[in-house]
Amino acid sequence: MASQAHHGTSASALDVHPFWGKLSWDAFPFHEPIVLVTFIGVVLGGLALVGALTYFRLWGYLWKNWFTSIDHKKIGIMYMILGLVMLLRGFADALLMRGHQALAASGGEGYLNAHHYDQIFTAHGVIMIFFVAMPFVTGFMNYVMPLQIGARDVAFPFLNNFSFWLTVSGAILIMVSLFVGEFSTAGWLAYAPFSGLEFSPSVGMDYYLWALNIAGIGTTLSGINLVVTIVKMRAPGMDYMKMPVFVWTTLCTNVLIVATFPVLAATLALLTADRYLGTHFFTNDLGGSPMMYVNLIWIWGHPEVYILVLPVFGIFSEIVPTFTGKRLFGYASMVYATCVIMVLSYIVWLHHFFTMGAGANVNAFFGITTMIISIPTGAKMFNWLFTMYKGRVRFDVPMLWVMGFMITFVIGGMTGVLLAVPPADYVLHNSLFLIAHFHNVIIGGVVFGIFAGIVYWWPKAFGFSLDPFWGKVSFWCWIIGFYLAFMPLYVLGLMGVTRRLSQFEDTFYSIYFIVALVGALFIAAGIGAFIVQIVVSVMRRKELADETGDPWGGRTLEWATSSPPPYYNFAFSPKVHEIDAFTHMKREGYTRPTDGFMPIHMPHYTATGVVLAGLLTVMGFALIWHIWWLAAASFAAALIYGIGHTFNYNRDYYIPAAEVREIENQRTQQLAKAAD
Amino acid sequence: MADTSVKDPVEFFVTEDPHHHDGGDHEEHHHETGTMLGFWIYLMSDCLIFGILFATYAVLGQNYAAGPAPSDLFELDMILVSTFMLLFSSITYGFAVLRMDRNDLKGTLVWLMVTGGFGLAFLYLEYAEFSHLIHLGATPQASAFLSSFFFLVGTHGMHVLGGSIWLVVLLIQLSQRGLTHENKRRVMCLSLFWHFLDLIWIGVFSLVYLTGVLL
Repeated sequence: MASQAHHGTSASALDVHPFWGKLSWDAFPFHEPIVLVTFIGVVLGGLALVGALTYFRLWGYLWKNWFTSIDHKKIGIMYMILGLVMLLRGFADALLMRGHQALAASGGEGYLNAHHYDQIFTAHGVIMIFFVAMPFVTGFMNYVMPLQIGARDVAFPFLNNFSFWLTVSGAILIMVSLFVGEFSTAGWLAYAPFSGLEFSPSVGMDYYLWALNIAGIGTTLSGINLVVTIVKMRAPGMDYMKMPVFVWTTLCTNVLIVATFPVLAATLALLTADRYLGTHFFTNDLGGSPMMYVNLIWIWGHPEVYILVLPVFGIFSEIVPTFTGKRLFGYASMVYATCVIMVLSYIVWLHHFFTMGAGANVNAFFGITTMIISIPTGAKMFNWLFTMYKGRVRFDVPMLWVMGFMITFVIGGMTGVLLAVPPADYVLHNSLFLIAHFHNVIIGGVVFGIFAGIVYWWPKAFGFSLDPFWGKVSFWCWIIGFYLAFMPLYVLGLMGVTRRLSQFEDTFYSIYFIVALVGALFIAAGIGAFIVQIVVSVMRRKELADETGDPWGGRTLEWATSSPPPYYNFAFSPKVHEIDAFTHMKREGYTRPTDGFMPIHMPHYTATGVVLAGLLTVMGFALIWHIWWLAAASFAAALIYGIGHTFNYNRDYYIPAAEVREIENQRTQQLAKAAD
Repeated sequence: MADTSVKDPVEFFVTEDPHHHDGGDHEEHHHETGTMLGFWIYLMSDCLIFGILFATYAVLGQNYAAGPAPSDLFELDMILVSTFMLLFSSITYGFAVLRMDRNDLKGTLVWLMVTGGFGLAFLYLEYAEFSHLIHLGATPQASAFLSSFFFLVGTHGMHVLGGSIWLVVLLIQLSQRGLTHENKRRVMCLSLFWHFLDLIWIGVFSLVYLTGVLL
């Protein structure tokens, strides 16, 4: 990744080839052994994958049934796959950093030069937030929410597909930066003025900007889509206060997305203008204000944290009642707590830069609002605990993740309150204490929640459960690994070690970094065990099969349909009378209708989303490399293709009643077999 | 809760087709509400983009960097003319919608074309203003004030350009298919968009031009 630094990045800004732009052979990492070997590995792996897909003639199947699909369930699964693939990449960066720091703090030099190291911590942060955590939570919201509200799809199914492919487009640009050119060195939020042209003249920063701009549009569109879905498409009888808590957190999350991602888009657009047009928004000279950038980016950035964690709170709120066999304690307070967090998340952004010198009163205001957020969060924690109190807790794998979360997240929350005290923050700002804190809440909260959710909803999505043994192995590796990896960082931070260091003079810190490395290796084992879990479960899918559609004794509507659900989700839209609609149905001894099926109105699949996102990927790449003709051509093509799409009025069709009957009859037989 | 006390067995499924009594008309109506809500939310998110640009202008708008200030550059009379171009275009769009409500395709088309004409006049005036400023050396690169000015006003202009392209596409679709449900919905969406841009321009006119020259 560090390939270009000495190859005239600043000179190449001057001479731009009319056809190739800034792109030349220097951009490829032939002189950087680590990257070159990775590059060769990826190319060989990629060729093997493409070869296998071609050999087994899977391209047509993938294209017809997945890529062009506008079924929210398939799009949800594709989001999860994207998240998993990018997790491997982001975690590889983490391992590189841990290994390097352990060596560099023990008297050696490590194996990464400073420039390469800077790219790796930037890539790690960007990938983990935008292309791991975001796809995972969006995948859950896409897959689960429409089922939970008894809907057949989202409000704008085509838009949903398009949003997904825009996210992929951003991920592709980030991955390309690994091998063509380099990535940004400016950290995951690209603080100005360092991210400006003067100090970061290379293409790395431009990869960052265009990847996030394109993916960000997708996220915004998806946010609009899911808000409208919840507002307009709930099953009859499902009032707002009868929605599952996961639907509530999805609603609040997507309101946050719609209300913050435009801020990110505008901020990055201004920085892009500084770099491409020579404007002076965030520069040091001619009246620009770097502080303006830091404020704007955190006005998006802080709500973003809650965009990640709120859906996960929803996941926990589904799992805890299911595995305790009780309804959720304090439903209403859970809803209000979620809404309060949503609102408060807007008025705390300045706590990310107390040290910037906004003054004691401003810092006090933001310090106090930050501390106030811990109240609704604490209320949630007590609600989960009281749900478990006197319940019959079943310690299945999802519940293990939940309990790992509860303990870990509380510790992370408490260090957060510590950091919210401005005088303490002056000491801890930008130290490894901060790094430990946010990994504590993101891993202990978001990541544990993602794994809990995957194990919980896997049987719904695929019709068989995940193997519990390997799930437990994964859980224990993760939780041990987490504590080993990040507790030493708290200590180091308190001792004054700052973040983003690649070299150390003093070997005194060595042992802490070595313990942290061991922790990272444990986490690696946890990720490995998770993949083994999937492989083992696929092989044992006959034994692990879920015929009933309700393997855990679920309480919400997604468990009322088969596993996996038919593509229309419900042959008859459910009617809802209570919170925990499915528990109510089971208690009243509902009967599943077996005749009287009607045609179901569904949207057609379309390739438009893939094609448009593909063209925009090309446009992004061309803009990064200043290949102006290609950028203009691909933008024009996308515009014309998009307009052409609006001339297609034939977008939906009816599934004939006979087809519905056939699918539902199979389900009847399956249920009869399961009952035997 | 009250439902549980009902004596009859509780109904858990919608077993009647809500659409079957009319041929698809009703259902498109149902879908329309979702689209309008979605478009509203999109407009609010766009509003936030403008909010950031306004905030940026408010913070950086007096950083002249020894270059020209608003009173040196802006000619209020021309700005007033372009303001009226945009205001007229909103009124004529309103007329188009009134015609559409009476199912008068031709009237709708004519008023939409008039709207587009005013939009293009606005765009031309903005182009003339920008090229005049650049000719004077007041480029976006000259100072943070000019950067934020060009970006705020230019983003609005790009929206008007986008709206005009959309208008042309819609004119074609209307003349091809007439006032179908989908087309009516699209006319209503563009209507929201167009009035929204008018509203933004009121902000630009007041914050950038009026206060810039008069205060």
